[in-house]
Amino acid sequence: MLIYSTFIAPFIEFEFMRRALVGALALALGSVPVGVLLMLRRMSLMGDAMAHAILPGAAIGFLLAGLNLVALTVGGLAAGLLVALLAGFVARTTVLKEDAALAAFFLVSLAVGVTIVSIRGSNIDLLHFLFGSVLALDNQTLVLIAGIATLSLLVLSLIWRPLVLDCVDPGFLRSVSGIGAPAHILFLTLVVLNLVGGFHALGTLLAVGMMMVPAVASRFWARDITAMVFTAVTIGGLSGYVGLLLSFHAGLPAGPAIVLVAGAIYVASMFFGRVGGLVWQLFPGRHLEA
Amino acid sequence: MTVQLQFHDVTLGYERHPAVHHLDGRIRNGSLLAVVGPNGAGKSTLFKGVVGLLKPLSGRIDLRGLRARDIAYLPQIAEIDRSFPIDVYDVVAMGLWHKAGAFGGIVGADRDAIHQAVASVGLTGFEQRSIGTLSGGQMQRALFARLLLQDAQLIVLDEPFAAIDAKTAADLLDIVKRWHSESRTVLAALHDLELVKSSFPEALLLAREPLAWGAPSQVLTAENLLKARQMCEAFDEEAAACIAAA
Repeated sequence: MLIYSTFIAPFIEFEFMRRALVGALALALGSVPVGVLLMLRRMSLMGDAMAHAILPGAAIGFLLAGLNLVALTVGGLAAGLLVALLAGFVARTTVLKEDAALAAFFLVSLAVGVTIVSIRGSNIDLLHFLFGSVLALDNQTLVLIAGIATLSLLVLSLIWRPLVLDCVDPGFLRSVSGIGAPAHILFLTLVVLNLVGGFHALGTLLAVGMMMVPAVASRFWARDITAMVFTAVTIGGLSGYVGLLLSFHAGLPAGPAIVLVAGAIYVASMFFGRVGGLVWQLFPGRHLEA
Repeated sequence: MTVQLQFHDVTLGYERHPAVHHLDGRIRNGSLLAVVGPNGAGKSTLFKGVVGLLKPLSGRIDLRGLRARDIAYLPQIAEIDRSFPIDVYDVVAMGLWHKAGAFGGIVGADRDAIHQAVASVGLTGFEQRSIGTLSGGQMQRALFARLLLQDAQLIVLDEPFAAIDAKTAADLLDIVKRWHSESRTVLAALHDLELVKSSFPEALLLAREPLAWGAPSQVLTAENLLKARQMCEAFDEEAAACIAAA
Protein backbone atom coordinates (compact mmCIF):
# COMPACT_ATOMS: atom_id res chain seq x y z
CA MET A 1 0.00 0.00 0.00
CA LEU A 2 2.87 2.33 0.70
CA ILE A 3 4.12 1.79 -2.83
CA TYR A 4 0.69 2.54 -4.22
CA SER A 5 0.15 5.66 -2.15
CA THR A 6 3.64 6.96 -2.92
CA PHE A 7 4.03 6.23 -6.59
CA ILE A 8 0.55 5.90 -8.07
CA ALA A 9 -2.12 7.48 -5.89
CA PRO A 10 -1.17 11.12 -6.55
CA PHE A 11 -1.93 10.63 -10.22
CA ILE A 12 -5.17 8.73 -9.57
CA GLU A 13 -6.50 11.22 -7.07
CA PHE A 14 -5.55 14.53 -8.61
CA GLU A 15 -6.36 15.56 -12.12
CA PHE A 16 -3.73 18.29 -12.20
CA MET A 17 -1.07 15.63 -11.51
CA ARG A 18 -2.33 13.51 -14.42
CA ARG A 19 -2.22 16.51 -16.72
CA ALA A 20 1.25 17.41 -15.54
CA LEU A 21 2.43 13.85 -16.16
CA VAL A 22 1.02 13.75 -19.69
CA GLY A 23 2.60 17.13 -20.41
CA ALA A 24 6.00 16.07 -19.06
CA LEU A 25 5.96 12.79 -21.01
CA ALA A 26 4.97 14.53 -24.26
CA LEU A 27 7.71 17.06 -23.68
CA ALA A 28 10.25 14.27 -23.15
CA LEU A 29 9.18 12.52 -26.36
CA GLY A 30 9.46 15.64 -28.50
CA SER A 31 12.29 17.71 -27.16
CA VAL A 32 14.75 15.08 -25.90
CA PRO A 33 15.62 13.68 -29.38
CA VAL A 34 16.16 17.27 -30.51
CA GLY A 35 18.47 17.71 -27.52
CA VAL A 36 20.50 14.63 -28.47
CA LEU A 37 21.12 16.05 -31.92
CA LEU A 38 21.97 19.47 -30.50
CA MET A 39 24.56 17.83 -28.26
CA LEU A 40 26.07 15.80 -31.10
CA ARG A 41 26.21 18.92 -33.29
CA ARG A 42 28.18 20.58 -30.46
CA MET A 43 25.37 23.06 -29.96
CA SER A 44 24.50 22.06 -26.38
CA LEU A 45 24.42 25.65 -25.20
CA MET A 46 22.43 26.84 -28.15
CA GLY A 47 19.16 25.63 -26.62
CA ASP A 48 19.84 27.91 -23.68
CA ALA A 49 20.47 30.87 -25.94
CA MET A 50 17.33 30.16 -27.94
CA ALA A 51 15.26 29.92 -24.78
CA HIS A 52 16.36 33.42 -23.82
CA ALA A 53 15.62 34.64 -27.32
CA ILE A 54 12.00 33.47 -27.06
CA LEU A 55 11.27 35.75 -24.11
CA PRO A 56 10.61 39.07 -25.91
CA GLY A 57 8.18 37.45 -28.35
CA ALA A 58 6.22 35.91 -25.53
CA ALA A 59 6.38 39.23 -23.69
CA ILE A 60 4.95 41.13 -26.64
CA GLY A 61 2.22 38.51 -26.92
CA PHE A 62 1.52 39.03 -23.22
CA LEU A 63 1.40 42.81 -23.67
CA LEU A 64 -1.18 42.50 -26.41
CA ALA A 65 -3.36 39.74 -25.00
CA GLY A 66 -2.41 38.96 -21.42
CA LEU A 67 -1.74 35.34 -20.41
CA ASN A 68 -3.26 34.01 -23.60
CA LEU A 69 -1.95 30.72 -24.98
CA VAL A 70 -2.09 31.64 -28.65
CA ALA A 71 -0.53 35.07 -28.21
CA LEU A 72 2.32 33.75 -26.04
CA THR A 73 2.99 30.87 -28.44
CA VAL A 74 2.93 32.88 -31.65
CA GLY A 75 5.06 35.62 -30.08
CA GLY A 76 7.61 33.13 -28.73
CA LEU A 77 7.81 31.28 -32.03
CA ALA A 78 8.26 34.46 -34.02
CA ALA A 79 11.04 35.79 -31.79
CA GLY A 80 12.82 32.42 -31.60
CA LEU A 81 12.71 31.83 -35.34
CA LEU A 82 13.79 35.38 -36.09
CA VAL A 83 16.87 35.05 -33.89
CA ALA A 84 17.70 31.54 -35.16
CA LEU A 85 17.40 32.49 -38.81
CA LEU A 86 19.26 35.79 -38.38
CA ALA A 87 22.10 33.97 -36.63
CA GLY A 88 22.16 31.30 -39.33
CA PHE A 89 22.20 33.96 -42.03
CA VAL A 90 25.02 35.95 -40.43
CA ALA A 91 27.03 32.74 -39.89
CA ARG A 92 26.75 31.73 -43.53
CA THR A 93 27.48 35.15 -45.02
CA THR A 94 30.04 36.80 -42.72
CA VAL A 95 33.17 35.86 -40.77
CA LEU A 96 31.18 35.25 -37.57
CA LYS A 97 30.49 31.66 -36.52
CA GLU A 98 26.96 30.66 -35.64
CA ASP A 99 27.53 30.66 -31.87
CA ALA A 100 28.97 34.18 -31.88
CA ALA A 101 26.16 35.56 -34.04
CA LEU A 102 23.61 33.83 -31.84
CA ALA A 103 25.19 35.19 -28.66
CA ALA A 104 24.77 38.77 -29.87
CA PHE A 105 21.19 38.32 -31.04
CA PHE A 106 19.88 36.38 -28.05
CA LEU A 107 21.30 38.83 -25.52
CA VAL A 108 19.66 41.77 -27.25
CA SER A 109 16.47 39.78 -27.47
CA LEU A 110 16.62 38.89 -23.77
CA ALA A 111 17.14 42.53 -22.79
CA VAL A 112 14.11 43.54 -24.84
CA GLY A 113 12.03 40.80 -23.24
CA VAL A 114 12.93 41.61 -19.66
CA THR A 115 12.32 45.31 -20.31
CA ILE A 116 8.83 44.65 -21.68
CA VAL A 117 7.87 42.28 -18.88
CA SER A 118 9.05 44.60 -16.11
CA ILE A 119 7.45 47.73 -17.58
CA ARG A 120 4.07 46.15 -17.97
CA GLY A 121 3.70 43.02 -15.84
CA SER A 122 3.93 42.17 -12.17
CA ASN A 123 6.63 39.93 -10.71
CA ILE A 124 4.27 36.97 -10.67
CA ASP A 125 3.98 37.15 -14.44
CA LEU A 126 7.75 37.23 -14.72
CA LEU A 127 7.95 34.07 -12.62
CA HIS A 128 5.44 32.37 -14.87
CA PHE A 129 7.56 33.29 -17.87
CA LEU A 130 10.79 32.07 -16.41
CA PHE A 131 9.61 28.96 -14.60
CA GLY A 132 6.31 27.91 -16.18
CA SER A 133 3.44 26.18 -14.45
CA VAL A 134 3.46 22.46 -15.11
CA LEU A 135 0.81 21.88 -12.42
CA ALA A 136 -1.69 24.15 -14.15
CA LEU A 137 -1.80 22.83 -17.70
CA ASP A 138 -5.21 23.29 -19.33
CA ASN A 139 -6.51 21.26 -22.27
CA GLN A 140 -5.40 23.78 -24.85
CA THR A 141 -1.83 23.79 -23.56
CA LEU A 142 -1.70 20.00 -23.37
CA VAL A 143 -2.85 19.71 -26.97
CA LEU A 144 -0.23 22.25 -27.99
CA ILE A 145 2.57 20.35 -26.24
CA ALA A 146 1.44 16.99 -27.62
CA GLY A 147 1.02 18.45 -31.09
CA ILE A 148 4.54 19.86 -31.04
CA ALA A 149 5.91 16.50 -29.86
CA THR A 150 4.11 14.69 -32.69
CA LEU A 151 5.24 17.17 -35.30
CA SER A 152 8.83 17.13 -34.18
CA LEU A 153 9.02 13.32 -34.18
CA LEU A 154 7.60 13.29 -37.71
CA VAL A 155 9.93 15.97 -39.03
CA LEU A 156 12.95 14.43 -37.30
CA SER A 157 12.27 11.07 -38.91
CA LEU A 158 12.16 12.78 -42.31
CA ILE A 159 15.41 14.74 -41.95
CA TRP A 160 17.25 12.26 -39.70
CA ARG A 161 19.67 10.95 -42.32
CA PRO A 162 20.88 14.33 -43.62
CA LEU A 163 21.13 15.68 -40.06
CA VAL A 164 23.32 12.79 -38.93
CA LEU A 165 25.44 12.97 -42.09
CA ASP A 166 25.86 16.71 -41.65
CA CYS A 167 27.38 16.09 -38.21
CA VAL A 168 29.67 13.20 -39.13
CA ASP A 169 30.95 14.31 -42.49
CA PRO A 170 29.57 17.64 -43.73
CA GLY A 171 31.94 17.74 -46.71
CA PHE A 172 30.60 14.42 -47.97
CA LEU A 173 26.98 15.47 -47.58
CA ARG A 174 27.58 18.69 -49.49
CA SER A 175 29.29 16.72 -52.26
CA VAL A 176 26.28 14.42 -52.77
CA SER A 177 23.35 16.68 -51.96
CA GLY A 178 22.26 20.20 -51.21
CA ILE A 179 19.81 19.10 -48.55
CA GLY A 180 22.14 19.93 -45.62
CA ALA A 181 21.22 23.61 -45.29
CA PRO A 182 17.40 23.22 -45.50
CA ALA A 183 17.58 20.31 -43.06
CA HIS A 184 19.57 22.47 -40.65
CA ILE A 185 17.00 25.27 -40.86
CA LEU A 186 14.13 22.81 -40.27
CA PHE A 187 16.03 21.46 -37.30
CA LEU A 188 16.49 24.96 -35.83
CA THR A 189 12.74 25.45 -36.26
CA LEU A 190 12.18 22.26 -34.26
CA VAL A 191 14.44 23.56 -31.50
CA VAL A 192 12.38 26.74 -31.24
CA LEU A 193 9.04 24.87 -31.43
CA ASN A 194 10.00 22.51 -28.64
CA LEU A 195 11.28 25.31 -26.45
CA VAL A 196 8.01 27.18 -26.94
CA GLY A 197 6.11 24.02 -26.00
CA GLY A 198 8.32 23.49 -22.97
CA PHE A 199 8.00 27.14 -22.03
CA HIS A 200 4.34 26.75 -21.05
CA ALA A 201 5.09 23.85 -18.75
CA LEU A 202 8.55 24.58 -17.44
CA GLY A 203 9.21 28.21 -18.34
CA THR A 204 11.77 29.55 -20.80
CA LEU A 205 14.76 28.60 -18.67
CA LEU A 206 13.84 25.12 -17.48
CA ALA A 207 12.51 24.03 -20.88
CA VAL A 208 16.14 23.74 -21.92
CA GLY A 209 16.73 21.47 -18.92
CA MET A 210 14.25 18.93 -20.23
CA MET A 211 15.80 19.19 -23.68
CA MET A 212 19.49 18.92 -22.82
CA VAL A 213 20.06 17.20 -19.46
CA PRO A 214 18.63 13.76 -20.41
CA ALA A 215 20.47 13.98 -23.75
CA VAL A 216 23.79 14.69 -22.07
CA ALA A 217 23.23 11.90 -19.52
CA SER A 218 22.49 9.38 -22.28
CA ARG A 219 25.98 9.87 -23.71
CA PHE A 220 27.25 7.79 -20.80
CA TRP A 221 25.05 4.81 -21.65
CA ALA A 222 25.06 4.34 -25.41
CA ARG A 223 27.68 4.11 -28.16
CA ASP A 224 25.24 4.47 -30.99
CA ILE A 225 22.99 7.40 -31.80
CA THR A 226 19.79 5.35 -32.01
CA ALA A 227 20.34 3.76 -28.61
CA MET A 228 21.28 7.18 -27.31
CA VAL A 229 17.95 8.69 -28.34
CA PHE A 230 15.96 5.87 -26.72
CA THR A 231 17.99 6.11 -23.52
CA ALA A 232 17.61 9.87 -23.41
CA VAL A 233 13.83 9.79 -23.93
CA THR A 234 13.54 7.20 -21.15
CA ILE A 235 15.60 9.39 -18.84
CA GLY A 236 13.47 12.40 -19.78
CA GLY A 237 10.19 10.58 -19.08
CA LEU A 238 11.52 9.17 -15.82
CA SER A 239 12.64 12.63 -14.72
CA GLY A 240 9.16 13.97 -15.43
CA TYR A 241 7.48 11.21 -13.41
CA VAL A 242 9.87 11.21 -10.45
CA GLY A 243 10.10 15.00 -10.47
CA LEU A 244 6.33 15.37 -10.20
CA LEU A 245 6.22 12.86 -7.33
CA LEU A 246 9.02 14.68 -5.57
CA SER A 247 7.21 17.96 -5.98
CA PHE A 248 3.94 16.42 -4.70
CA HIS A 249 5.37 14.76 -1.59
CA ALA A 250 8.00 17.32 -0.64
CA GLY A 251 6.07 20.41 -1.65
CA LEU A 252 8.73 21.57 -4.10
CA PRO A 253 7.96 23.62 -7.21
CA ALA A 254 7.32 21.09 -9.99
CA GLY A 255 9.35 22.48 -12.90
CA PRO A 256 12.64 22.72 -11.02
CA ALA A 257 11.96 19.34 -9.37
CA ILE A 258 11.77 17.68 -12.80
CA VAL A 259 15.03 19.22 -13.96
CA LEU A 260 16.68 18.42 -10.60
CA VAL A 261 15.80 14.75 -11.01
CA ALA A 262 17.22 14.82 -14.54
CA GLY A 263 20.32 16.47 -13.08
CA ALA A 264 20.65 13.73 -10.45
CA ILE A 265 20.39 11.09 -13.18
CA TYR A 266 23.08 12.96 -15.12
CA VAL A 267 25.45 12.98 -12.14
CA ALA A 268 24.80 9.28 -11.47
CA SER A 269 25.41 8.52 -15.17
CA MET A 270 28.63 10.45 -15.08
CA PHE A 271 29.89 8.14 -12.33
CA PHE A 272 28.30 4.82 -13.24
CA GLY A 273 27.53 5.10 -16.98
CA ARG A 274 28.81 2.09 -18.90
CA VAL A 275 30.35 4.28 -21.63
CA GLY A 276 33.19 6.27 -20.13
CA GLY A 277 31.69 6.69 -16.63
CA LEU A 278 34.20 7.80 -13.98
CA VAL A 279 33.87 4.68 -11.83
CA TRP A 280 34.62 2.41 -14.79
CA GLN A 281 37.66 4.55 -15.55
CA LEU A 282 38.91 4.23 -11.98
CA PHE A 283 38.28 0.48 -11.79
CA PRO A 284 38.55 -0.69 -15.37
CA GLY A 285 39.17 -4.35 -14.45
CA ARG A 286 41.89 -6.42 -16.10
CA HIS A 287 42.51 -5.68 -19.73
CA LEU A 288 41.11 -8.02 -22.32
CA GLU A 289 42.92 -10.44 -24.57
CA ALA A 290 42.04 -8.71 -27.84
CA MET B 1 39.38 8.91 -75.44
CA THR B 2 36.80 11.56 -74.70
CA VAL B 3 37.32 14.49 -72.40
CA GLN B 4 35.90 14.07 -68.90
CA LEU B 5 36.73 17.36 -67.32
CA GLN B 6 37.83 20.64 -68.81
CA PHE B 7 39.24 23.69 -67.03
CA HIS B 8 38.68 27.00 -68.80
CA ASP B 9 41.02 29.58 -67.23
CA VAL B 10 39.83 28.58 -63.76
CA THR B 11 40.70 30.67 -60.71
CA LEU B 12 39.55 29.38 -57.33
CA GLY B 13 40.14 30.99 -53.99
CA TYR B 14 38.88 32.62 -50.84
CA GLU B 15 37.96 36.28 -50.31
CA ARG B 16 39.28 37.20 -53.78
CA HIS B 17 42.75 35.77 -53.05
CA PRO B 18 43.41 33.05 -55.58
CA ALA B 19 44.47 29.61 -54.32
CA VAL B 20 44.42 28.14 -57.81
CA HIS B 21 45.32 30.69 -60.46
CA HIS B 22 44.45 30.49 -64.17
CA LEU B 23 44.24 26.75 -64.64
CA ASP B 24 43.65 25.58 -68.18
CA GLY B 25 43.59 22.01 -69.33
CA ARG B 26 41.62 18.87 -69.82
CA ILE B 27 41.42 15.50 -68.14
CA ARG B 28 40.54 12.57 -70.35
CA ASN B 29 37.98 9.96 -69.54
CA GLY B 30 39.65 7.14 -67.60
CA SER B 31 42.69 9.18 -66.52
CA LEU B 32 44.57 8.42 -63.34
CA LEU B 33 45.98 11.80 -62.38
CA ALA B 34 48.15 12.61 -59.38
CA VAL B 35 47.95 16.23 -58.22
CA VAL B 36 51.22 17.16 -56.54
CA GLY B 37 52.44 20.29 -54.81
CA PRO B 38 53.54 21.71 -51.45
CA ASN B 39 51.06 22.50 -48.69
CA GLY B 40 49.08 25.55 -49.73
CA ALA B 41 49.52 24.79 -53.43
CA GLY B 42 45.77 24.67 -53.97
CA LYS B 43 45.24 20.91 -54.32
CA SER B 44 42.30 20.73 -51.91
CA THR B 45 40.89 23.97 -53.31
CA LEU B 46 41.03 22.58 -56.83
CA PHE B 47 39.22 19.42 -55.72
CA LYS B 48 36.55 21.41 -53.91
CA GLY B 49 36.00 23.28 -57.15
CA VAL B 50 35.73 20.05 -59.13
CA VAL B 51 33.17 18.46 -56.82
CA GLY B 52 31.18 21.69 -56.63
CA LEU B 53 31.83 22.74 -53.02
CA LEU B 54 33.53 25.96 -54.13
CA LYS B 55 32.50 28.25 -56.97
CA PRO B 56 35.34 29.54 -59.18
CA LEU B 57 36.21 33.22 -58.73
CA SER B 58 36.51 33.31 -62.49
CA GLY B 59 36.65 30.86 -65.36
CA ARG B 60 34.67 27.67 -65.68
CA ILE B 61 34.97 23.99 -64.84
CA ASP B 62 33.20 21.91 -67.47
CA LEU B 63 32.13 18.54 -66.10
CA ARG B 64 30.91 17.32 -69.47
CA GLY B 65 27.47 16.43 -68.23
CA LEU B 66 28.56 14.63 -65.06
CA ARG B 67 25.90 14.94 -62.38
CA ALA B 68 26.60 15.19 -58.65
CA ARG B 69 25.82 11.49 -58.28
CA ASP B 70 28.55 10.60 -60.81
CA ILE B 71 31.24 12.16 -58.62
CA ALA B 72 32.65 10.58 -55.49
CA TYR B 73 34.71 12.73 -53.15
CA LEU B 74 37.03 11.70 -50.34
CA PRO B 75 37.63 14.74 -48.11
CA GLN B 76 40.75 15.02 -45.97
CA ILE B 77 40.24 12.78 -42.99
CA ALA B 78 40.57 15.69 -40.55
CA GLU B 79 37.19 17.03 -41.69
CA ILE B 80 35.31 14.07 -40.23
CA ASP B 81 33.95 14.09 -36.66
CA ARG B 82 35.38 10.83 -35.32
CA SER B 83 33.72 11.26 -31.93
CA PHE B 84 30.23 10.94 -33.41
CA PRO B 85 28.46 7.79 -32.18
CA ILE B 86 28.01 5.95 -35.46
CA ASP B 87 29.30 2.56 -36.56
CA VAL B 88 31.34 1.48 -39.57
CA TYR B 89 28.35 -0.11 -41.29
CA ASP B 90 26.38 3.16 -41.26
CA VAL B 91 29.34 5.20 -42.50
CA VAL B 92 29.88 2.82 -45.41
CA ALA B 93 26.13 2.78 -46.13
CA MET B 94 26.27 6.54 -46.77
CA GLY B 95 27.85 5.61 -50.09
CA LEU B 96 24.39 4.50 -51.25
CA TRP B 97 23.06 8.06 -50.99
CA HIS B 98 22.65 8.23 -54.79
CA LYS B 99 20.20 5.31 -54.55
CA ALA B 100 18.58 5.78 -51.18
CA GLY B 101 18.72 9.58 -50.82
CA ALA B 102 17.49 11.16 -47.63
CA PHE B 103 14.44 8.93 -47.19
CA GLY B 104 14.89 5.74 -49.21
CA GLY B 105 15.24 2.39 -47.49
CA ILE B 106 18.28 0.10 -47.54
CA VAL B 107 16.99 -3.20 -48.93
CA GLY B 108 18.46 -6.72 -48.94
CA ALA B 109 20.58 -6.27 -52.07
CA ASP B 110 21.98 -3.03 -50.63
CA ARG B 111 22.98 -4.83 -47.45
CA ASP B 112 24.89 -7.37 -49.49
CA ALA B 113 26.60 -4.56 -51.39
CA ILE B 114 27.59 -2.89 -48.10
CA HIS B 115 29.03 -6.11 -46.69
CA GLN B 116 30.88 -6.73 -49.93
CA ALA B 117 32.38 -3.23 -49.89
CA VAL B 118 33.43 -3.69 -46.26
CA ALA B 119 35.01 -7.02 -47.17
CA SER B 120 36.96 -5.65 -50.13
CA VAL B 121 38.71 -3.09 -47.91
CA GLY B 122 39.50 -5.80 -45.35
CA LEU B 123 37.24 -4.57 -42.57
CA THR B 124 34.96 -7.61 -42.22
CA GLY B 125 34.08 -8.04 -38.56
CA PHE B 126 34.35 -4.29 -37.88
CA GLU B 127 30.82 -3.43 -39.06
CA GLN B 128 29.43 -2.75 -35.59
CA ARG B 129 32.48 -0.90 -34.27
CA SER B 130 31.92 2.78 -33.68
CA ILE B 131 34.21 4.98 -35.77
CA GLY B 132 35.81 6.50 -32.69
CA THR B 133 37.51 3.16 -31.97
CA LEU B 134 39.13 2.83 -35.41
CA SER B 135 42.76 3.59 -36.17
CA GLY B 136 43.54 6.16 -38.85
CA GLY B 137 44.21 3.45 -41.41
CA GLN B 138 41.02 1.54 -40.59
CA MET B 139 39.00 4.75 -40.89
CA GLN B 140 40.49 5.39 -44.32
CA ARG B 141 39.60 1.82 -45.32
CA ALA B 142 36.00 2.45 -44.26
CA LEU B 143 35.89 5.63 -46.34
CA PHE B 144 37.20 3.70 -49.36
CA ALA B 145 34.39 1.19 -48.86
CA ARG B 146 31.98 4.12 -48.99
CA LEU B 147 33.63 5.30 -52.24
CA LEU B 148 33.21 1.80 -53.70
CA LEU B 149 29.47 1.94 -53.05
CA GLN B 150 29.18 5.36 -54.67
CA ASP B 151 30.04 3.65 -57.95
CA ALA B 152 31.03 6.98 -59.51
CA GLN B 153 32.59 7.79 -62.86
CA LEU B 154 34.79 10.55 -61.42
CA ILE B 155 36.56 9.84 -58.13
CA VAL B 156 38.33 12.68 -56.31
CA LEU B 157 40.69 11.68 -53.48
CA ASP B 158 42.14 14.39 -51.21
CA GLU B 159 45.35 13.00 -49.69
CA PRO B 160 44.06 9.42 -49.51
CA PHE B 161 47.33 8.00 -48.21
CA ALA B 162 48.26 10.65 -45.62
CA ALA B 163 49.36 9.22 -42.27
CA ILE B 164 48.59 5.58 -42.96
CA ASP B 165 50.97 2.61 -42.93
CA ALA B 166 52.53 0.99 -46.00
CA LYS B 167 50.28 -2.10 -45.96
CA THR B 168 47.09 -0.03 -45.86
CA ALA B 169 48.39 2.33 -48.52
CA ALA B 170 49.22 -0.63 -50.77
CA ASP B 171 45.75 -2.17 -50.27
CA LEU B 172 44.02 1.12 -51.01
CA LEU B 173 46.27 1.74 -54.01
CA ASP B 174 45.08 -1.59 -55.41
CA ILE B 175 41.52 -0.28 -55.22
CA VAL B 176 42.58 2.90 -57.02
CA LYS B 177 44.21 0.78 -59.74
CA ARG B 178 41.04 -1.28 -60.04
CA TRP B 179 39.04 1.91 -60.61
CA HIS B 180 41.57 2.87 -63.27
CA SER B 181 41.17 -0.49 -65.00
CA GLU B 182 37.41 0.01 -64.98
CA SER B 183 37.97 3.26 -66.96
CA ARG B 184 36.84 5.49 -64.14
CA THR B 185 38.55 8.87 -63.90
CA VAL B 186 40.55 9.26 -60.69
CA LEU B 187 42.18 12.43 -59.31
CA ALA B 188 44.35 12.07 -56.21
CA ALA B 189 46.27 14.68 -54.21
CA LEU B 190 49.51 13.08 -53.09
CA HIS B 191 52.76 13.93 -51.32
CA ASP B 192 54.63 10.66 -51.91
CA LEU B 193 56.54 11.42 -55.13
CA GLU B 194 58.00 7.93 -55.42
CA LEU B 195 54.48 6.51 -55.38
CA VAL B 196 53.41 8.95 -58.08
CA LYS B 197 56.35 7.94 -60.27
CA SER B 198 55.73 4.23 -59.81
CA SER B 199 51.94 4.04 -60.03
CA PHE B 200 50.48 7.08 -61.76
CA PRO B 201 50.62 7.58 -65.52
CA GLU B 202 49.97 11.32 -65.28
CA ALA B 203 50.81 14.10 -62.82
CA LEU B 204 49.93 17.76 -62.37
CA LEU B 205 52.34 19.89 -60.37
CA LEU B 206 50.41 22.71 -58.77
CA ALA B 207 51.81 25.73 -56.96
CA ARG B 208 48.74 27.92 -57.10
CA GLU B 209 49.51 28.08 -60.79
CA PRO B 210 49.90 24.92 -62.81
CA LEU B 211 53.66 24.41 -63.23
CA ALA B 212 53.81 21.22 -65.23
CA TRP B 213 51.38 18.60 -66.43
CA GLY B 214 52.28 15.30 -68.05
CA ALA B 215 54.23 12.13 -67.39
CA PRO B 216 55.51 12.09 -63.77
CA SER B 217 59.14 11.69 -64.81
CA GLN B 218 58.95 14.95 -66.74
CA VAL B 219 56.82 16.80 -64.19
CA LEU B 220 58.59 15.91 -60.97
CA THR B 221 62.05 17.25 -61.77
CA ALA B 222 64.17 18.86 -59.07
CA GLU B 223 63.97 22.15 -60.89
CA ASN B 224 60.16 22.14 -61.03
CA LEU B 225 59.83 21.14 -57.38
CA LEU B 226 62.10 23.94 -56.22
CA LYS B 227 60.08 26.43 -58.24
CA ALA B 228 56.86 25.10 -56.72
CA ARG B 229 58.14 25.63 -53.19
CA GLN B 230 59.14 29.21 -53.89
CA MET B 231 55.83 30.09 -55.51
CA CYS B 232 53.79 28.80 -52.61
CA GLU B 233 55.57 30.98 -50.09
CA ALA B 234 54.38 34.23 -51.66
CA PHE B 235 51.19 35.74 -50.27
CA ASP B 236 50.35 39.41 -50.44
CA GLU B 237 47.53 40.73 -48.25
CA GLU B 238 47.42 43.93 -50.31
CA ALA B 239 47.70 42.25 -53.70
CA ALA B 240 46.36 44.27 -56.61
CA ALA B 241 43.55 42.98 -58.78
CA CYS B 242 44.80 40.42 -61.27
CA ILE B 243 45.40 41.94 -64.71
CA ALA B 244 44.91 38.65 -66.53
CA ALA B 245 41.37 38.44 -65.12
CA ALA B 246 40.36 41.79 -66.58
